[in-house]
Amino acid sequence: MVPTLAGRIQTRLFLLATVGAIITLLIVPVLPGSSGALGDRYVTGFLVLAAVAVLGVAWELVYHFLMQFRWEKDWPTLFGLLTLVPEGLLLYFLLRSGAVDVIDPVPSAAFWTHFTVVWVGVWLVANGPMRVPFIRWRFRGGRVL
Amino acid sequence: MAPPHVPASAGDLTPELLGTSEWSDQLVAAAGIPMYDIPFLTVGGGMGSFVTLDYLRIYGVPASQMRVVSNIDTPWQTYEFLTRCSQIPRSERIRSDSASRPDNIWGFPSYALQETWTDKTPAYLWQLLTEPLLNDYWTPRAGTVFQSLEREAKRIDYWDMLVKGQVRMVRRRAGGGYFTVVTPPEGSAPTKRIIFRSRFVHIAIGYPGLKFLPDLQEFRTKHGDYQHVVNAYEPHEQVYEFLKTRPGTVVIRGGGIVASRVLQRLFDDREKFRLQTQIVHIFRTFVTGSHGPHVWARRKGGDGWAYQGFNYPKSVWGGQLKAQMRRLEGAERAAKYKEMGGTNTPYRRRWQEQMRAGRSGGYYHPVQGTVDRVERGSDGRLVSYVRSSDGIVREPVADYIIDCTGLEADIAEHRIYDDLLRHGGAYRNPVGRLEVERHFEVKGTASGDGVLYASGSATLGGYFPGVDTFLGLQIAAQEIADDLARRGFVRRMGPFRSTSQWFKWAFNSPV
Ligand SMILES: Cc1cc2nc3c(=O)[nH]c(=O)nc-3n(C[C@H](O)[C@H](O)[C@H](O)COP(=O)(O)OP(=O)(O)OC[C@H]3O[C@@H](n4cnc5c(N)ncnc54)[C@H](O)[C@@H]3O)c2cc1C
Repeated sequence: MVPTLAGRIQTRLFLLATVGAIITLLIVPVLPGSSGALGDRYVTGFLVLAAVAVLGVAWELVYHFLMQFRWEKDWPTLFGLLTLVPEGLLLYFLLRSGAVDVIDPVPSAAFWTHFTVVWVGVWLVANGPMRVPFIRWRFRGGRVL
Repeated sequence: MAPPHVPASAGDLTPELLGTSEWSDQLVAAAGIPMYDIPFLTVGGGMGSFVTLDYLRIYGVPASQMRVVSNIDTPWQTYEFLTRCSQIPRSERIRSDSASRPDNIWGFPSYALQETWTDKTPAYLWQLLTEPLLNDYWTPRAGTVFQSLEREAKRIDYWDMLVKGQVRMVRRRAGGGYFTVVTPPEGSAPTKRIIFRSRFVHIAIGYPGLKFLPDLQEFRTKHGDYQHVVNAYEPHEQVYEFLKTRPGTVVIRGGGIVASRVLQRLFDDREKFRLQTQIVHIFRTFVTGSHGPHVWARRKGGDGWAYQGFNYPKSVWGGQLKAQMRRLEGAERAAKYKEMGGTNTPYRRRWQEQMRAGRSGGYYHPVQGTVDRVERGSDGRLVSYVRSSDGIVREPVADYIIDCTGLEADIAEHRIYDDLLRHGGAYRNPVGRLEVERHFEVKGTASGDGVLYASGSATLGGYFPGVDTFLGLQIAAQEIADDLARRGFVRRMGPFRSTSQWFKWAFNSPV
């Protein structure tokens, strides 16, 4: 899928809310280094997911701007994977610094495991299986609506 | 199909039919041409017809409701002929990418996944992951595409829908719908013509014709020589065979992918058979580097070529450019076409290596120039008179000239389009081809509750530019299928049907 701005944002929100939520449900109980009541850990897990979504909207604006320098106005598959690094780092430091105080401190190992698995899961689905139920999605720049 | 209406007399077109733009049932009956009813008819039977039928079958239209009239036996026949001539045998890789799958409307699993599995070659996945940054675009083998098409064609009962014949014209019917006049193969029908009466007609007849560069056409006509001045889209093995027997010089014209292919063949043969072939490559537009009006619209290029993975920028098939173009009309649309148009070829590492070796080895000579004329020299060889923009005139002498420009003829050169322009209400778009709606209905041709659609090269210049590609034909097919759903011919396919149909595809079970 080659995204438009609206398509990028919609795809991100949609996939985080579906694939991201399912992965979070499955992975939170087994995240390394986390302790405390499972319920609390779920709350934290979903808040992290929400933070990826909210910050992500801003990131998508940046990506869209950068994409304008590409003649084909495309977004190679690899970019979709590697943007994990800056996004992960920014969120990690925001959480560490306490800037997002609605989210309890998350142990590094738990954060990175959760974040990476969700990211790769979303990326894999966006690069193929998403087209199975949604046949119009790839021709509309990733718009779900 | 309903039984034919009984013919009264001869069964050929009458002057009255020819002269009347809209036919009544009585008029047709009076001519004695057998008539068959079929709700949906597609004309052409190439890739465009195939993907349209594929969509509609998957949406839920029974095979008994649709027919395809064609002069070829398999949907890929014309495509395979053209690719073979232009040096892409089944074992070579085509231009379009992994997810352009004319045999699978979802494009998943992509061809790269399929070939990774069948060839047991995980390296394809690495290439897919790193394209086009660290690697060339991964593209499928022609053979993979044809085999997959054959499987899908069987699955959707393609050959039950195929009617062999040459379509002569499509005319509007008084009261709605269309008549499609077909000339069946000799001896296969009692009359010279048969007619299909349909509510919906789709036209996908590919290229209206091939055109030669004028100076080459002039030479061919003047000397009656079709052996030494050839078009890359016609069989021209004799060129390569000759070069195996003695050293020779070839002039190549054109800067697109076909020129790249032909060059590769010449370089490969040179290496494989230790030949002395000299190559003069004439570019009318010689690109020396990145080009374009501003930083947001600059394409890479060099050594004569403009580089681009596919025939249009990638976002034409679904991203930003598709969305932008969909909103443009008239002159604005034409300008956008111009901005992203121009002949181009993919940057492929193997081709770059071969050309570099050729330039430094002194056997590959790329030059800028326009050719004034071609003449036969005193030794019988071909002299091109080439004038370059800096005023230098060159006169390369060659044994063969290969026209790789791939020029297409005007749409009116094809009888069906010509008839549509004259009698059907169709008109031209800003780039001179057939004006179609966003859903590929040919503008001006509506007939009662009937609709005439077209897809493929003839519709270039419309709201969607990538028409002459597999993925573009599929985009058109989806628009058409959705439009037919709006008109109640079939149910629009939602996520559930799509998913269950995908499983049927995966298990190769009937739709
Ligand atoms: C050398 C070459 C390489 C290409 N490579 C790629 C690629 O890698 N990827 C890609 O996506 N696209 C590629 N294309 C574009 C590709 O050809 C088109 O996408 C596709 O084949 C066009 O399909 P079509 O249905 O429009 O035409 P065709 O497949 O040509 O089918 C049209 C058919 O209509 C038939 N016909 C014409 N007139 C009549 C009539 N009066 N009655 C009955 N039948 C008639 C013709 O015989 C023809 O078979 C390539 C094109 C060429 C020439």
